[in-house]
Amino acid sequence: MTMNKLNYERPIINKIENTMPNKIGGRSGFKPITEIDGVRIKGMISNFGSPLFVISEATIRKTYQSAYRAFTTRYPKVQFAWSYKTNYLNAVCNTFHQEGSWAEVVSGFEYEKAINNGVDGRHIIFNGPDKTKADLQKAIANQSLIHIDHLDEYYMILNIAEETNLRPQVAIRVNMDTGIYPMWDRFGFNYENGQAWDVLNKIMMNKKMDLIGLHAHIGTYMMEAEPYKIAASKLSELAVSINKKYNHYIKYIDLGGGFASNNTLKGAYLPAEDTNPTIDDYAEAISSALLNSNIDPDHLPLLILETGRALIDDAGSLLGTVITNKRDSKGARNTVLDIGVNILFTSFWYNHKITPVQSFSHHIEDTKIYGPLCMNIDVIRESISLPPLNTGDNVIIHRVGAYNMTQWMQFITLRPAVVMISEKGDVNIIRESEKIEAITDYEKVPSHLKDFDL
Amino acid sequence: MEINKNIAVSDNGFLFNPATGESYNLNETGTELLKLIKENTPFEEISKIFLNKYETTAISFEKDFQDFVEILEQYKLTEKGNR
Ligand SMILES: Cc1ncc(COP(=O)(O)O)c(C=O)c1O
Repeated sequence: MTMNKLNYERPIINKIENTMPNKIGGRSGFKPITEIDGVRIKGMISNFGSPLFVISEATIRKTYQSAYRAFTTRYPKVQFAWSYKTNYLNAVCNTFHQEGSWAEVVSGFEYEKAINNGVDGRHIIFNGPDKTKADLQKAIANQSLIHIDHLDEYYMILNIAEETNLRPQVAIRVNMDTGIYPMWDRFGFNYENGQAWDVLNKIMMNKKMDLIGLHAHIGTYMMEAEPYKIAASKLSELAVSINKKYNHYIKYIDLGGGFASNNTLKGAYLPAEDTNPTIDDYAEAISSALLNSNIDPDHLPLLILETGRALIDDAGSLLGTVITNKRDSKGARNTVLDIGVNILFTSFWYNHKITPVQSFSHHIEDTKIYGPLCMNIDVIRESISLPPLNTGDNVIIHRVGAYNMTQWMQFITLRPAVVMISEKGDVNIIRESEKIEAITDYEKVPSHLKDFDL
Repeated sequence: MEINKNIAVSDNGFLFNPATGESYNLNETGTELLKLIKENTPFEEISKIFLNKYETTAISFEKDFQDFVEILEQYKLTEKGNR
């Protein structure tokens, strides 16, 4: 009988330094993570390859439902609209639509995606500065909720209304001072300097479109709830004044997105979970501002939220594999993963938490994590404490659900597959890993460049 | 390569270098490896011991051995590194 061999851990020796404790977020946690929603991670990697994005349907639904409850327990009329740019994989969008979310889009492409997913045009909010005439014609015909960003867009809508005799359903996007720096004043019309009133007066006086709402999106990853209180108060005041002046009730106030997720920003000393407002804090700030305003209680507007990252970050994980370990010229530990910044865009902002998938001892090393791209910028973590990893070992990068699967780039490597774990525990591919044809099919080589002799 | 004579490693992986006052932590395999190196065990012998005992391959152990030795030198725990 042969003796069972012991698990091998790479031999390590670390100097004991009496320095400040590691920045939190650097710790990898003390236990390996071997499963997501009861599904073995190693099994998923052998079935679908590495790297691999994994989305948990159960986490999406749970996160959505708890956000919805946070608002509906405080304010009577609440509607979420899924921010497509945050993650527009159709399976993800449809999960939110099944939960009752409308769609919030910022381009003709996203608009078409929402329509193709089966969202009724009347439940699509169309934001953004780049709506073409063709986009607007479609949105107006479908009675979508058009949030006007600038005056040229207003005139284009007016023009279409006159040409078609249709009544566009519009809101304006308002930017304002909510005490945060930098102030997002590049989108929409300013509240303090009267731009917002200018365009409201135009809309109300020409009588060619229906002013149905007021919109603001004050920033993203907002680390305090107070600015939402200010924004909600200012939009409420506008609503009250519109009513006073034109005897017109708007139907909704849309406070956009921007709630922070549980990811920790680079440079933060404490983990986000300990410092950021909870969804209840945001809900309390917004609801109390609306209810305490001078809005007629018999005509409370619908509260719309376009929450993106806070609803999807936790549901996404990225699985990867160790390519090699090396040391830099000064002896510092470097680990190279098969996950590059081209598929993990958010590594530019976040210190993503990384956990090994296989068991490890309590020994840890300070490690710099590189991606596989042959480019100096390809750094996933500047410094993280991890147990010794071997070539071929797997890791999970947490909270990658927002913005990565939309901002990812095909660069040097092809983009990996995305799978979704259903509530029953089935694993379904929701986006195939790219093949070379996904790139080369769009290329054309002029005939005189087809051949060469080397 | 030789480990400095006056260096002691405890069984639970604590190493103290009286020459510099610096201390170090080793994991289990690190402790075992350092002891073997300290006893001047040749690499081939060490490799055999590890391959018999642990779930690893000759190539990956050789790589890790190199890396470990490099860092001992970096930390000036070897006679060579101390020159
Ligand atoms: C208009 C609008 N709504 C919603 C969002 C979603 O924001 P977040 O992911 O920060 O919640 C964005 C993103 O920037 C946006 O521009």
